[in-house]
Amino acid sequence: MWTPDALQLARIQFGFTVSFHIIFPAITIGLASYLAVLEGCWLHSRNEVYRTLYHFWSKIFAVNFGMGVVSGLVMAYEFGTNWSHFSDFAGGITGPLLAYEVLTAFFLEAGFLGVMLFGWKRVGPELHFFATIMVAVGTLVSATWILASNSWMQTPQGYEIVAGRVVPTDWLKVIFNPSFPFRLAHMGVAAYLATALMVGASGAWHLLRGRDDPGIRTMTSMAMWMLLIAAPAQAVIGDFHGLNTREHQPVKIAAIEGHWQNAPNAGVPLALFAWPDSKQEINRFAVEVPHLGSVILTHTWDGQFRGLKEFPAQDRPNVAVVFWSFRVMVGLGLLMIALGIWAGWARWRGTLYRSRLLLLCALFMGPAGIVAMLAGWITTEVGRQPWVVYGVLRTADAVTRHSVAELSLSLALFVVIYFAVFGAGIRYLLRLIAVGPGADGTTQVTGGPGQSRHALRPLSCAPDPLGQPGGAP
Amino acid sequence: MGIDLPLIWAVIILFGVMAYVMMDGFDLGIGLLFPFVADKDERDVMMNTVAPVWDGNETWLVLGGAGLLVGFPLAYSVILSALYLPIVFMLLGLIFRGVAFEFRFKASEQHRHWWDKAFIGGSTVAAFSQGVILGAYIDGIPVVERGYAGGALDWLTPFSLFTGMGLCVAYALLGGTWLILKTGGSLRARMIGLTRPVSWALFAVIIAVSVWTPLAHPAVARRWFSLPMLLWFSPVPVLVALTFWKLRQSLHSEPRAGPFVLSLCLVFLGYTGFAISVWPNVVPPSISIRDAAGPPQSLGFALVGALLVIPMILGYTAWGYYVFRGKVDASRGYH
Repeated sequence: MWTPDALQLARIQFGFTVSFHIIFPAITIGLASYLAVLEGCWLHSRNEVYRTLYHFWSKIFAVNFGMGVVSGLVMAYEFGTNWSHFSDFAGGITGPLLAYEVLTAFFLEAGFLGVMLFGWKRVGPELHFFATIMVAVGTLVSATWILASNSWMQTPQGYEIVAGRVVPTDWLKVIFNPSFPFRLAHMGVAAYLATALMVGASGAWHLLRGRDDPGIRTMTSMAMWMLLIAAPAQAVIGDFHGLNTREHQPVKIAAIEGHWQNAPNAGVPLALFAWPDSKQEINRFAVEVPHLGSVILTHTWDGQFRGLKEFPAQDRPNVAVVFWSFRVMVGLGLLMIALGIWAGWARWRGTLYRSRLLLLCALFMGPAGIVAMLAGWITTEVGRQPWVVYGVLRTADAVTRHSVAELSLSLALFVVIYFAVFGAGIRYLLRLIAVGPGADGTTQVTGGPGQSRHALRPLSCAPDPLGQPGGAP
Repeated sequence: MGIDLPLIWAVIILFGVMAYVMMDGFDLGIGLLFPFVADKDERDVMMNTVAPVWDGNETWLVLGGAGLLVGFPLAYSVILSALYLPIVFMLLGLIFRGVAFEFRFKASEQHRHWWDKAFIGGSTVAAFSQGVILGAYIDGIPVVERGYAGGALDWLTPFSLFTGMGLCVAYALLGGTWLILKTGGSLRARMIGLTRPVSWALFAVIIAVSVWTPLAHPAVARRWFSLPMLLWFSPVPVLVALTFWKLRQSLHSEPRAGPFVLSLCLVFLGYTGFAISVWPNVVPPSISIRDAAGPPQSLGFALVGALLVIPMILGYTAWGYYVFRGKVDASRGYH
């Protein structure tokens, strides 16, 4: 039986907590922009449907934001508890970037979030719209900082090593490192797609249950438009991201493709299915399309890129994990494109809100954006192993030397408590969604600093108990 | 250059931790006092007295963690590694109580008692863990070649368990006196009765720690009991005695804000004593803020953001407390 060592347990623990966490900020980013669009539409058209949708989704946004803050608390400490040598070594760069992410989030909470969630009756519509836009921009800025940090760990530059520690020499180079623009665009669009799929699935769920009103139709329609545009765009961005990775992290690309070695003067095939065997350095059960690998990664018929065997075995990631997580991501991405096109076609035919098969597919695709995003992160994070700062610091040298017993205990506690706490949170979110727009009152609750409902407690924006309009008076 | 960046960051972090203890202490105390109040309506009132200002823990705790990473990466990595398990317990306790706090209001009648228990358990674990962390930190952390050189359970000592209990007592006093300030009727009367023995207990804890620490750590004894330090620092114990005496008095007359303010003063004086004992080390007993400071380019870069946002958070918080002045009763509830 496989028994994990301390390093693997530390990695599992980080992967588990960060995976749970990332779901909430991603949906926060997507919903914030969606809310800005809804409010803009309302201001433009004064169509009540948009306002109803705004109030409905702003409550879900608030609960989701709160969950993100709570799960983020752990992340602020985990770099020290489990990756102390990394923090000591690279804290000079990752510290300020993390701090700016946190400060941006608190800036939002102390500033515009309160106006957005509780100020509907207190400030004018233009000012409220401005607050919503600022929150939307702020969530993207917050993500920018943390993605700059992650990208720097993937493609480090703008630093020197003094006395065994990283010292920044050029912050612009640090932040705008080679993989940063691609990662930012890829993650931003991933957040929009995950949110659109969630909104679309909510609409489909209500339509399938026979609740067909303008609000449900509008949100389903908007989600499907988003899918039609963003899903193909994501494929293009992903392609550019791949080319960038080929240049800077060639072994990651080789693992993604399960590409062990080049045949002389021949294009690289694309393995649709295979079981990469790292011991024998071959793909078993491979189903390949000739030349497609070359076409995707070099944009030429016979182009070659470096195979895994060109790198020493100790510098390669776990090929099977990277190979398969990438295929899960791309597979789901292709399904998203298909769903977007199908919905566009149904819209043209006038059956978008009636086709049960389409709505069922939209419902089942609800979590697909989140799953694809997690799979993508697994690809890029496992794919840069064995490095934590690529080419500079190995993961094995970054980890705190805790015992297996300590790590097992803490991991078990994390798993149990996260499932209990965030399980309850997600269940509550789903119940909110099930109530649907309009049913819980069309106006926003009021609150602010010093009141029971306020922005530093985003969850207080949601009704309690559920189903009553904003709680009793 | 003329700006002492490590010193500024040390002050920011010291301030952040103090703000945390002051602002989250009393609402953790509410959780500790929950078992002593069985009535559902009174529990609702207790919750309502902290709902509008319950934010200290996440804001200041996250800022403290990120600030420590920016300012003193070595301290961040060594301290958090050494205190791994109590920190995990604390974080999980805080998550548990934070979510329980929110979902208690959103739960149905038959489910609420589960969230009550989660709130009590989470508050107790978080408060106790923080005290253990404090004690283990004062006891010192062995460091070899920029890494933690001790064992997994080094933090578990009689002293740290005592400070764990001690911090629970301090938080219970803050919570109880906060309720005296914010509530009326039978709940307030019960809290007046409850805080009398708790205030004695805290006084005993302060004396015990003040004797125990210099006995166990000669460096701390030298800091306090050598001239001219003794003269400089002697106001601290005198003020503690004076504050305690005033606190006893205020609990026997018709108390309003007095007990809470005086309890805050006691906690602040205890914190001052702690800072005097440890300064200028960021990892006791031997790593100073200079040794552990990050690169100046990093400290300066992050300082810009911190100086912009921290005043905003303080302003928001002050505004919140101002709006929320006055008593809370069952009719002016959460809703």
